[in-house]
Amino acid sequence: MNTFIVAGLLIVLLGLAYQLGWSKSRALSTANGVRVHSRGQYHGTLVALWTLVPVVLFLAIWAFFSPGVTHWYTVSLLPTEVLTGLDQLGLNAQLQRIRDLASGFGVTGEVQPFEQAAGENLARFQLLSFLIMLAAAAGLGVLGLTLARRRISPRLRARNEVERAISVLLIACSAVAIFTTVGIVASLVTEAFRFFTYINPLDFFFGTVWAPRFSSTGTGDAGQYGLLPLLTGTLMISAIAMLVAVPVGLMAAIYLNQYAHANVRKIVKPIIEILAGIPTIVYGFFALVTVGPFLRDFGNAVGLSISATSALTAGLVMGVMIIPFISSLSDDILNQVPRTLRDGAYGLGATQSETIRNVLLPAALPGIVGAFLLAVSRAIGETMIVVLAAGNAPILRGNPLEPVSTITVSIVNQLTGDTDFTGPQSLVAFALGLTLFIMTLCLNIVALYIVRRFREQYE
Amino acid sequence: MTDTTLASAAERRKLVRAGLARRHLGERLFRLFGIVAICLALGFVALLFTDVLRKGIPAFTQANLRLEVTFDPEVLNVDPAPVRAAGQSDADYRSQRLAWERQVAMLNWNTVIEAALRRAAPEGFEIDSRQLLTIPESDARHRVRQAFVENPGLLGQTVTIDVLGSANTDNWAKGNINRDLGDAQQQLSAPARALIDIFEENGTITQGFAWSLFTNVDSRSAPASAGLLGALMGTFWMMLIVIVLAVPLGVGSAIYLEEFAPKSRLTDLIEVNINNLAAVPSIVFGLLGAAVFINWFRLPLSAPLAGGLVLTLMTLPTIIIATRAALKGVSPALRQAALGMGASKTQMVFHHVLPVTFPSILTATIIGVAQAMGETAPLLLIGMNAFVASVPGTPLDQATALPVQIFLWQGNENRNFFEPRTSAAIMVLLAFMITLNAIAIFLRSRLEKRA
Repeated sequence: MNTFIVAGLLIVLLGLAYQLGWSKSRALSTANGVRVHSRGQYHGTLVALWTLVPVVLFLAIWAFFSPGVTHWYTVSLLPTEVLTGLDQLGLNAQLQRIRDLASGFGVTGEVQPFEQAAGENLARFQLLSFLIMLAAAAGLGVLGLTLARRRISPRLRARNEVERAISVLLIACSAVAIFTTVGIVASLVTEAFRFFTYINPLDFFFGTVWAPRFSSTGTGDAGQYGLLPLLTGTLMISAIAMLVAVPVGLMAAIYLNQYAHANVRKIVKPIIEILAGIPTIVYGFFALVTVGPFLRDFGNAVGLSISATSALTAGLVMGVMIIPFISSLSDDILNQVPRTLRDGAYGLGATQSETIRNVLLPAALPGIVGAFLLAVSRAIGETMIVVLAAGNAPILRGNPLEPVSTITVSIVNQLTGDTDFTGPQSLVAFALGLTLFIMTLCLNIVALYIVRRFREQYE
Repeated sequence: MTDTTLASAAERRKLVRAGLARRHLGERLFRLFGIVAICLALGFVALLFTDVLRKGIPAFTQANLRLEVTFDPEVLNVDPAPVRAAGQSDADYRSQRLAWERQVAMLNWNTVIEAALRRAAPEGFEIDSRQLLTIPESDARHRVRQAFVENPGLLGQTVTIDVLGSANTDNWAKGNINRDLGDAQQQLSAPARALIDIFEENGTITQGFAWSLFTNVDSRSAPASAGLLGALMGTFWMMLIVIVLAVPLGVGSAIYLEEFAPKSRLTDLIEVNINNLAAVPSIVFGLLGAAVFINWFRLPLSAPLAGGLVLTLMTLPTIIIATRAALKGVSPALRQAALGMGASKTQMVFHHVLPVTFPSILTATIIGVAQAMGETAPLLLIGMNAFVASVPGTPLDQATALPVQIFLWQGNENRNFFEPRTSAAIMVLLAFMITLNAIAIFLRSRLEKRA
């Protein structure tokens, strides 16, 4: 309620400020025929800015301090003999009763005289402080408004000032990206560092047993945190995914790029790209209920023992997910190979496939390798498919037909629904996250470098 | 001299001819591989969609029971509902009312439902009460009670109330269960199964559209009444936050980097940063959210606010990169013309360049938002997979999101019932995605024509 009043008043104030600035500018320009530096709307905007900034700053400071002050005041309303008889829970209940009385909602049961008095006092205090806030905010706004309006003169470079404010705002927007990266690195590094105070980094990076205690089971036993089983699982699934995605994606891109009729391409390309837009949870469910059982039955039919949830299941479905990624990137890169190279090969009598294999692909190779690396980084960081379909068996083994676990699965398992970062059980998620971050970062940087380098080659 | 060249030319021709069949075969094979690859990719799309559709469509209908419920005063022995006295405080009235509702809740509603079920059953049908009550969903008594709480005047009357069939009833009525299995493997007892068949014949059980899928929140005790409303609202709040924050921040940032930024170390750093952020795995954003938003800033756990912020940071790079590409595509002539007419750089950007790129920016935004909508992993880490049985009214309330709800449902042990349910939820999610993408395509074609 109060928020709406404040917001409404602020909007009215801003409109007024803009109008006043604009009208003064207009009066200047029409009255004595002087040339005014800036147009009316810049004066209006400038005055509005001068009004807005102090008010918002004041409201922010108020919002930061006022809950504490109100709490302190409410406590001070309680008689000392009541106060001494209360523990923390009792105090909170007592304060809530007084707040309910002050809001006019009332409380159940008998109202004690001191509660009644405190409630009335609190109500008065709340009203008073709200009015003070309103008056102070309005006062500041009006002060800013008048000061700004007084500055308006034909020579005031209002446009430049407004534009400077805009560019400050734009810089602030760009800074968000930096803050995000800083936030990621800082949170991963600090929490991972705390994890390494519990567990020796050597045991983490070279340990072959992953047997953590889950965060909900307490901190009695630290458990074993060997990364290797998770790493092999991650790499195995990524490798299977690439085995599916690379041939299919690359051949699809070559066919669409070189052979397909323009109309076919127009229809088929978006359909393949649909695969990229499907949420990964959908792939995970598909892997779990359709692909996994199918593979198991298929294995039974040919005498292989394939688990329904296995590295193979997760890898196959993840490969499908990555197909459009590889095919669009490869398509772009093939498009960039100059026509003259191809025409030269045709002129020498090469067939179309020979041209593609011996001229086009070698020319596009660095770019395509870059695309593969980006795809690998995607496969390594993928979570929902492996959470559902990889089977979560963090055991070091090389058989892709058996369940495995991955880094991302373990992050989810260790941290799900728990943010009490007190023991290695949950902190290990950050060490895993850091490993994942660094792995994908390296792959991405190398891939971007290769792709860029290659793109410049023909320019 | 000429002889040797002629000979070698003829020889060469022969050599080429000899290899021709092999080369043509290679050509055909290569082409075939291409077609196979395309067919595989298209086949995957087709398989995935038909699989989800085939599994999900049955879950959009649900077994409903139409019961003649008698509010028998002898069973429902309860005080009259409290009336607010003059001068009574809100708190007092509310506690009195709650006490009355508690009293109502203590009544034996199962007896009421049992009586209604027996009335619908044929005369003399043998079934004990426990078996009988497995037919309607366990929230049936809440529905009947709610009807009474809302209208205490119903006491002594008989009215028609629709309740849901239980998950097992639904499975049996739809034939999801093998009817030839022995008694030991059936969830429902033999009389209950027989009675369901009778009810289907006499019209007490009908298959209707599963409105509860959209009007109810998730439920643990009454799976047939579990719905998506809470998840939909959670997703709505998160997308609202993403749109309100990510679009202005992303577009602003792109404008700065593309139009104003001097070429310096700092802007280079920002640029590399953004490209890398776009490729950071989504789960790392979840870790960021857990550490920064939840652990340091103490934002409420499982709230759409925290989820929305995480998704905003994730979507930002997409929007920035797309907007920059759009800005880059604007012809220099437009900029020079604007500057030449005396516009300042800011005016040039905001009055001339930005309007031209509006369609591309809008499309990129919608696609970014659609991506954020399907994201699950980071939300798991900030507690949005908690069980929430209420509709979030504000972004600060506990909530879950559509993809997370899918994740929660796929893990339900009642597979016969929840596999179709999950597929149905997936269909809802995919419908949103397709709609958003269609809007993006439509807007782009529409606006680009005008521009």
